[in-house]
Amino acid sequence: MAEYKFHILVCGGTGCLSSNSHEIADGLKDAIKAAGMEEEVKVLQTGCFGFCEKGPIVKVLPDNTFYTQVKPEDVNEIVSEHIVKGRKVNRLLYVDPENEKHISDAKHMDFYKKQMRIALRNCGFIDPENIDEYIGRDGYQALAKCLTEMTPEQVIEEVKKSGLRGRGGAGFPTGLKWQFAHGYQADQKYVVCNADEGDPGAFMDRSILEGDPNSIIEAMAICGYAIGASQGRVYIRAEYPLAIQRLEIAIAQAREYGLLGDNILGTDFSFDIQLCFGAGAFVCGEETALIHSMEGQRGEPTIKPPFPAENGFWNKPTNVNNVETFANIPVIFLKGADWFSSIGTEKSKGTKVFALAGKINNVGLIEVPMGTTLREVIYDIGGGIKNGKKFKAVQTGGPSGGCLTEKDLDTPIDFDNLVAKGSMMGSGGMIVMDEDDCMPSVARFYMEFIEEESCGKCTPCRIGTKRLSELLKDITGGKGTMEHIAELKRVSQVIRDTALCGLGQTAPNPVLSTLAHFEDEYIAHVKDHTCPAGKCTALLKFKINPEACKGCTLCARKCPVGAISGEVRKPHTIDQAKCIKCGACMDNCKFGAITKN
Amino acid sequence: MAKIKSLEELKKIKEQAQQSVSLRVKGDNIENLVQVRVAMATCGIAAGARETMNEFIKVLNEEHMDNVVVTQTGCMGYCYAEPTIELTMPGKEPVVYGNVDKNKVHEIVEKAIKGGEMLDGIIPVTHNTVE
Repeated sequence: MAEYKFHILVCGGTGCLSSNSHEIADGLKDAIKAAGMEEEVKVLQTGCFGFCEKGPIVKVLPDNTFYTQVKPEDVNEIVSEHIVKGRKVNRLLYVDPENEKHISDAKHMDFYKKQMRIALRNCGFIDPENIDEYIGRDGYQALAKCLTEMTPEQVIEEVKKSGLRGRGGAGFPTGLKWQFAHGYQADQKYVVCNADEGDPGAFMDRSILEGDPNSIIEAMAICGYAIGASQGRVYIRAEYPLAIQRLEIAIAQAREYGLLGDNILGTDFSFDIQLCFGAGAFVCGEETALIHSMEGQRGEPTIKPPFPAENGFWNKPTNVNNVETFANIPVIFLKGADWFSSIGTEKSKGTKVFALAGKINNVGLIEVPMGTTLREVIYDIGGGIKNGKKFKAVQTGGPSGGCLTEKDLDTPIDFDNLVAKGSMMGSGGMIVMDEDDCMPSVARFYMEFIEEESCGKCTPCRIGTKRLSELLKDITGGKGTMEHIAELKRVSQVIRDTALCGLGQTAPNPVLSTLAHFEDEYIAHVKDHTCPAGKCTALLKFKINPEACKGCTLCARKCPVGAISGEVRKPHTIDQAKCIKCGACMDNCKFGAITKN
Repeated sequence: MAKIKSLEELKKIKEQAQQSVSLRVKGDNIENLVQVRVAMATCGIAAGARETMNEFIKVLNEEHMDNVVVTQTGCMGYCYAEPTIELTMPGKEPVVYGNVDKNKVHEIVEKAIKGGEMLDGIIPVTHNTVE
C-alpha cells in the first residue's frame, strides 16, 4: 500500500459541487501527478464540511489546513506551494472577521469550536463512496455488536436508555417507538428511513446521506434486528440526486460485503434495503402519508391510531425514523447509552444538527449539544447577522414552527424549551431574520407554502390555509383592517383544533407566533398603512428630502413612469399616484436625498 | 469484494481500512501528538529533505508509532544545515535539528522521540513557526 504523506479532502456536498468542487478535485489530481507525487498525496471528495458560506472547501491533512473559497485555478498554487514546498497559501486561508487574522487550522475557527459532531461525525472526513473508509472509522462494528452480543430486547433497552428522541421534528422517544414495532407479531415487518426533508431551508438529512450514507444503512439494519424486520426502505425525495446516487453506491457495496443480504456476518439475521422515491410533497414527511406514497397511493395522511408500528407499510408493522435519528444509532452502541445520555439537557439528549440560513454570516450546517443557546448558535458559530444589521427573529421548525426573538436568545435549545417558547425543534432548519424583514410578509411566505403543500383531504387545512393566505395578502397589500387581524386569530385557532394531521394542526404557527411577538407590526400595516421594515411595496412611499435634494434631475430621468418632477437645481417631488415603487430613484440618487418607508 | 462472514473478518478489514484514514485522524488530534516538521524549501529539497521525510514516514510505520505525525513546512532559514527538521513533543517547546540525513532520522526516532533525549545537532531556535 502506498504510504501517503498528505490527504487532500475536497468538499463534495451539493453546495460546493455546484461551485465546481469536482473540477478542483480533478485539477488537484492532475497537478499532483505533474509534480510526480501521486504516490505521496491522496485526493478525495468527502461530504459536507458544513461551512457552506465559504465553499468550496479544501482541507489538507495531517496539518489540518482549511482553505476556503477555492477556485479551480488555485489548485496549482496549492500543490506547488503547500504540498511541494510546505508553504501554506495564505490568501486562501479563513480570515477571522474579528481580528482579520488568517486562521489555518479548522480547530481554531469559532465556527467549529462549539460544535460537537455525532450525526455528522464522518461528513467531511471520509470518502462516502468507499465503504472501507466507513469501516475504518468503526463502521458496522455497532451492527456486529448487536448481532453477536445482544438480544433484540437489549438493543431496544440500550436505545431507550440513551434518551434519543426523533430528530424529524416531534421528538418522540426512539427506543419506545422501536419497542412498539417489536411488540406486534407479523410474518413481515418494515424499517423505513424518512429522508423526505421538506422544510424550506433545511438540508441536514441530505448532507448526512451525501456525506455518510453507510451510517444510515448500518442503523437501519440494527433497527431491523431490534424490531424483527428483514426489509428496509428509504423514502427519499427525487430532488436529491446526489444523495440517491451515494446511497445506491453504499447499498451496493454493503451487499457485496454481505453487510446487507442473507445471514449477515454469519448470523441468522437477514436484512436488505430498497429506495423509494418521493415527488417532494411536504406532507409526505408525515409518516402515514409517507407510507401511502410508498404504496403507490396519494400522499395523504390517515388518522392515527392505528400507528404504523401496528399497521404500516402494506399493513405490516412498520417503524419510521428520520435520517438524523438513524445517524446517531451506531454511535450509541459504540460509545454506550450512558455516554450519549451524558450529553445534552435533562429531557433532550445528544446533539442536534441545524441548517443555518437567512441573514447570517456563516450559512452552513452545524451540530451542537442540546442545551446550547440560540445566542451561541447565531453569534459564536453563525458569526452574527450579515452586514452588521440588527437581529430581529429566527424561525425554527420550518413552516410548522414559529419565530423566536431577542428575548429568547439565551434559551438553551432543546425539544421542550422551544415548544414552551411557542416554536418547535422541527427538523432543524434555522432561518435568521434581520431588521429588514417584515414579519407579516414572512408569515405570508410560509402560508403560501402550506397552502400549496396542503394535500386537500381535510377542510380546515385545505380552505383554512387559503383564507389565512388571503388575509395576509390583504394586510401586506395595504388593504387590511383590524378585522383582518381578528379573523387571522380566529381562523388559526379553528385550523389548529380541527385539522387531520400534523401539517394542518401546525400550519397556523407562523401566523400565531409572528402575531404574538410582532402584533404592533401587523397594526402598523392596517392602521397606519406603513410597513416598518420597508418590505411591503404596496405600502411604501418614496419621498424626496427637499433639504438634501440638489435638483440634479437624475432621478427624474431614471424614473420609468415619469412620476418625478421639478426644476433644475430645485428640490424635486414624487407624484405618489404615478409612483410604481420600483426604487430606481433611490438607487440612483447621489446625495441620499430619497427615503422610503 | 469478498463477503464478510464473521466479526473477525470485519475486524481484519477495519484494520486495513484504518491505515487509510489514520492520517486524517491524526490531523484531528495534532496537538496531542509528536510532530516532525520537515523544512521543505528549495535548498532543503536539494539537500535531500524529501528523502528525509520519506525515511521518517517509513521508519514510523515500521515501528507502528501512531503517536507521531510528519508534516512539512517552508524555509526555516538554516540553509547551511539542510535538511532541517523541527521536533515538537506534546506540550513542549519545539526543537530544531540540522543536517538530518537518513542515519540521523533513525537516531531521532530511537533516542529523541522514544527516549525523550536531546541529541547533538540542535540548532538554537531563532525563528517562530508561523501558524
